[in-house]
Amino acid sequence: MKHSCQLNDKLHSKLSKLTAALTLAGFFASGLRAADFPTGQIDTTGLAVTDDTVTVGQLHSATGTMAISEAGSIESERLAIDQINAEGGILGRQIKVIVEDGASDWPTFAEKSKELLEEDHVAAVFGCWTSASRKAVLPIFERDDGLLYYPTFYEGLEQSHDVFYTGQEATQQIIAGLKWLSDTKHCKTFYLIGSDYIWPRTSNKIARKVIENDIHGRVVGEEYYPLGTTDFGSLINKIKLKKPDAIYAIVVGGSNVAFYKQLHAAGITSANWTLLTISVTEDEALGIGGENLTGFFSAMKYFQSLDNPNNKAFVAAFKQKYGPNSVIGDVTQAAYEGPWLWKMAAEKAHSFDVDKVVAASGGIEFTNAPEGYVRIHDVNHHLWSKLRIGEWQDDGQVKVIYESGLIEPNPFPKGYQ
Amino acid sequence: MIFGYSLSDLWSIFVMQSFSGLSLFSVLLLMALGLTIIFGQMGVVNLAHGEFMAMGAYTVYLCSTIVQRHCPSLTPYYFLVAIVLAFCVCSFFGLLVEWSLIRFLYKRPLDSLLATWGLSLILQQSFRSIFGAREVTPVLPNWLMGAFNVTSTIQLPINGVFVMGLTLVLTLGIWFFLYHSRIGLNMRATVENRVMSGAAGINTKLVDRFTFSLGCGIAGVAGAAFTTIGSTGPDSGSRYIVDSFLVVVFGGMTRLVGTIVSAFGIAQGQSIAQFFMEGTMGKVMILLVVVVILMIRPKGLFASKIRS
Repeated sequence: MKHSCQLNDKLHSKLSKLTAALTLAGFFASGLRAADFPTGQIDTTGLAVTDDTVTVGQLHSATGTMAISEAGSIESERLAIDQINAEGGILGRQIKVIVEDGASDWPTFAEKSKELLEEDHVAAVFGCWTSASRKAVLPIFERDDGLLYYPTFYEGLEQSHDVFYTGQEATQQIIAGLKWLSDTKHCKTFYLIGSDYIWPRTSNKIARKVIENDIHGRVVGEEYYPLGTTDFGSLINKIKLKKPDAIYAIVVGGSNVAFYKQLHAAGITSANWTLLTISVTEDEALGIGGENLTGFFSAMKYFQSLDNPNNKAFVAAFKQKYGPNSVIGDVTQAAYEGPWLWKMAAEKAHSFDVDKVVAASGGIEFTNAPEGYVRIHDVNHHLWSKLRIGEWQDDGQVKVIYESGLIEPNPFPKGYQ
Repeated sequence: MIFGYSLSDLWSIFVMQSFSGLSLFSVLLLMALGLTIIFGQMGVVNLAHGEFMAMGAYTVYLCSTIVQRHCPSLTPYYFLVAIVLAFCVCSFFGLLVEWSLIRFLYKRPLDSLLATWGLSLILQQSFRSIFGAREVTPVLPNWLMGAFNVTSTIQLPINGVFVMGLTLVLTLGIWFFLYHSRIGLNMRATVENRVMSGAAGINTKLVDRFTFSLGCGIAGVAGAAFTTIGSTGPDSGSRYIVDSFLVVVFGGMTRLVGTIVSAFGIAQGQSIAQFFMEGTMGKVMILLVVVVILMIRPKGLFASKIRS
């Protein structure tokens, strides 16, 4: 059985390589040369497209609080763009990047996006990380009809003509994870913990509905702590008193390290407790330290340790460019998908016009995605993707122990709000 | 049995809860000690106080990185050396800052506020450029990890006990220094009457420089100790600053005992409040109480009784 599995894997890997090669060959054969696509035809709205280049914008925080998190996205988007350029660019045009710094300040994000769209006329923007920054630029993208690829997993409740969301929305990340806890770990009572802002609160709202309505469990505690809190002593005592079957944690940023260290010191380890989080990727694990996470679970669509040929190539390329110690988290991978999805849509549309790219996007499949396979939803601009549960190991990487089927994105979940 | 919990359960929760209150107390006190000296004794609003803590933490991180790379066998011992080093680095930097910036601003408190805020921004960006934007944690010696298992339900985290011990030693040291040493006497004299102190032969400028540098050094030690609890990022300092000022202002600024009582009150209050209600609400409650008390006693818990 195992043997045949391996054989299948090998066959599959060979097949996918073959497909990739064929696709590539196809591109060259069909001759995606600039000359075949006169600039006047592929750009009717005055974007920054010349006979041999197309300009895009990259708008993240390189400085400020969020720089910690956004660094990986900046790197992987650059990697994708470099790879696309090395393959011959898009519609025969090399991608040029204008990098702007949102500086972790939401009005600055708005201002910079205005610059990118109204002065630089970029064909697409890869950027934003927090929901706050996305909300700040959204009206500008909608007014100027720009195109934004947004990489972070987030709370959902949004869908814009001008934005593609390459991370998971809340239901994709939450529902399957909780059901897995209930089915395989037989967890019925839950303690919900979050940092105090919109994403953890909205996510826990959905989690509570899932727990109460779908798996018929019970929430024994729900708490939020201000961002940056480093003292969780009282919380840990309450957890010990309530003895939930599972702890569901959405703690972010600097608090994370203190939270997991204190859990560990207080004897809340995987030996006796089950903890599932949707806010710890390999990036965070680096700071928290593998030993404080060992045996706990994360629910994400991507882990660096995913075992498939796409991912191996991606990790190798990433490490080659940014050093062998680089760590790749969920959002970093989602950010990598942005430029590729845009390329495929533009080539399907034979145009850089935002409306045409958007119209061509529905249904586009990215078979070389490091996470395996994703498809843009026909309507709602989010991605069909799988959910994985990873078990943390001492070295700060995970062992993937569960993988769902493709989950339909559902940014406006009925019955979960 | 009370509310379905056995007495031994409740007892261990009580012990753990007291411990977590004490642990928060020592964290708050450690944060505020350096500031009491600078703000309380000199009246300089040092908004870069948090960045000095971050500097101490980064010193430990640097030591840890060097030790890991060159002689991993020293991992169990480096931490204590790193704390001393953090003190040296931060007090030296404090000396430089006093000499180049603060000494021109003693008579202009508002400007010193702006200047130190500017300094804090410069430092934050320097940390970001030097150490990168990601949060870092030093590799800690094994003896700092884990917990003392008093009983099967009572675990006292070693890092918490360590921070408590360090706070105790540091507080006693500062107290002894301020009240039982010649330099301490000079410092207190300068605070109470600069002109008279000068007339009595105290070099007040030197005392100022020394005081500021000492406060910065202590901030560095605090930052170094906090690496056992949380991670360090370029903007960690701004996380500490509010709590530090809260403790010092609430305590009445001028006396060490005020700071201690204030840190104790805030820590216990917050810890208890967070046990009975949700985290954010607990914090809100305690801030409300502080605001009300400050409205009744604008000079804080232990106001100095000297005519100004």
